[in-house]
Amino acid sequence: MTKVKTAVKAKKVRLDASDRIVRGFAYVFISLFAALCLFPFLLIVATSFSSEKSIMQYGFQIWPREFSLYAYQLIFKTPMVMIKTYGLTIGLTVAGTIIGLFIVAMTGYALCRPDFPFRNGISFYIYFTTLFSGGLVPFYLLVVKYLHLKDSYFAILLPLLMSPWLIILMKNFVKGIPFEITESGKIDGANDFKIFTSLILPMMTPGLATIGLFIALGYWNEWYYSSLFLSSKVDVRPLQYQLYRIINEVNSLKNSVAGANIVVTDLPDESLKMATAVLATGPIIFLYPSVQKYFISGITVGAVKG
Amino acid sequence: MAKSIAAAPVIQRSVKKMSTWQTIKKYHILLLMCLPAITFFLIFSYIPMPGVYIAFTNFKYNLGIWHSQFVGFKNFEFLFRTGEIWKLTRNTVLYNLAFIILGNLLQIFIAILLNEIMSYGFKKVTQSMMFLPHFISDVLVGLLVYNLFNADYGFINSMIRSFGGEGLNVYSNPNVWPWLLPLINLWKATGYGSVVYFAAICGIDSEIVEASRVDGANAFQKIRYIILPQLKGTVIILLLFAVGGILKGNFGMFYNIIGKNSVLYDTTDIIETFVYRSLMTNFNFQNASAVGLYQSVFGFFLVMICNKIVKKIDPEYSLF
Repeated sequence: MTKVKTAVKAKKVRLDASDRIVRGFAYVFISLFAALCLFPFLLIVATSFSSEKSIMQYGFQIWPREFSLYAYQLIFKTPMVMIKTYGLTIGLTVAGTIIGLFIVAMTGYALCRPDFPFRNGISFYIYFTTLFSGGLVPFYLLVVKYLHLKDSYFAILLPLLMSPWLIILMKNFVKGIPFEITESGKIDGANDFKIFTSLILPMMTPGLATIGLFIALGYWNEWYYSSLFLSSKVDVRPLQYQLYRIINEVNSLKNSVAGANIVVTDLPDESLKMATAVLATGPIIFLYPSVQKYFISGITVGAVKG
Repeated sequence: MAKSIAAAPVIQRSVKKMSTWQTIKKYHILLLMCLPAITFFLIFSYIPMPGVYIAFTNFKYNLGIWHSQFVGFKNFEFLFRTGEIWKLTRNTVLYNLAFIILGNLLQIFIAILLNEIMSYGFKKVTQSMMFLPHFISDVLVGLLVYNLFNADYGFINSMIRSFGGEGLNVYSNPNVWPWLLPLINLWKATGYGSVVYFAAICGIDSEIVEASRVDGANAFQKIRYIILPQLKGTVIILLLFAVGGILKGNFGMFYNIIGKNSVLYDTTDIIETFVYRSLMTNFNFQNASAVGLYQSVFGFFLVMICNKIVKKIDPEYSLF
């Protein structure tokens, strides 16, 4: 009896030398690659805590040669810049995500209704925009000349609300909800919208979380529309665009700590840029591990069907 | 026989077919639910489309699109004659090919390796680390590259100098970037991109794998003869979709790393950075529009062709 059992066991678990080699190599390679992914961030953090003098002398180091909080002190002496920037970015992100997510979910549900005769036409209408585009110039002219949205935060809020890919992704999530739910709602006399808000939405939580996070990340990291539509007249800019200005324009760097009454030549250029970058990216780095599973589900669900 | 054929139209006629107006009324709520999205794409995607006309004009901002002077293909002639469009196309396509091919190779490699690792904790931690580059903005990527490669303070140059060497100035050397940019793109996109392949590998029927082990396959053979063939379908589909978009993309990364450094344009200027600069820096609306139209038209044909190929391989995956 026992002899048979051990024979079966031996068949299932067979680790030979080739397994050990591959497995060992896997651990080494993945560790190295993961460390490589992390490394540039350590560089930025270390530089932000380095004295400007040591940067001039030794360059950017992985560990501060001479520790200094000066850059951060400067920023916190004039906190209003950072506070307003954060406030704007958070406001845009929250508003855009709520509005965009609701529209995408609503559209996704409607386009998944098998009894809706216009769904293929509308789906193609939306999808076609990924095939052909008028390009940047007509879009720019539309927003600036015809919609008069130059220097307006709406020029940032509106374009990021949704995308064809997100709607397709939402459809994939909605497909899993059985039509019987809608039918039972209709029997109870509810109209399509009521069915959507009361019955369908609560069942869509994982899909809502995933797509909501995609939209939110889009707003948080936004700098492109800001660079197109926000001129120097606009004081408060979204976070990443503010970082862009600080890195690329000396004036912006000076203005970001203008209230601290620093002599321009004493400005710790490099460490200040890095400190701003750390503050601009910190939240993402702390938050993303807990939400990354939603992004993963987004790719896998999306990859299953285009 | 003749009777049943004659009977068919009668049956059809007795079923009431709704007119379009009646259908709209019946489903008006669902239609209204689609209205925000329809309006969005109407405003931001469809209304700008006729604006490609600008590519055929000598555009003046105060005259607007329709009153600017029509010049036919003159803008295109100029861009082709100066070799600009050819240079941009070459750069865009070559970089994208490098990104696609190298990227997918490394992603598959990492997915296979991850599959060999048994420790759940190790997988979770390293995957988190590998995802990090995906979540940061392109602005930050530009800063990170600057941190590493800056001629005066860059980390790499500091290292080189501490060993007695002379630093390199990549920001003034156009020939480095065809190597450097794909590496940077690998850094940013691999971790996240490997997820699709990892999910595909996890989806492989474990019985097949176990059967191969029982049959005496070692780890290498398992990978070569079981796992890789199973991935073939996914790879082909992903590659084809990527090729369809080969004239597009990557603006954020290129613009934040290269920026306005014209010394590097010969080897690093892609279609989208040229269009952006023509518009925002040079206010040359017609050139930007001409290149944009070129990109849209050829991109359209590319996607059509790639979709036809995908349809032939596996109709389930084609886009429509």
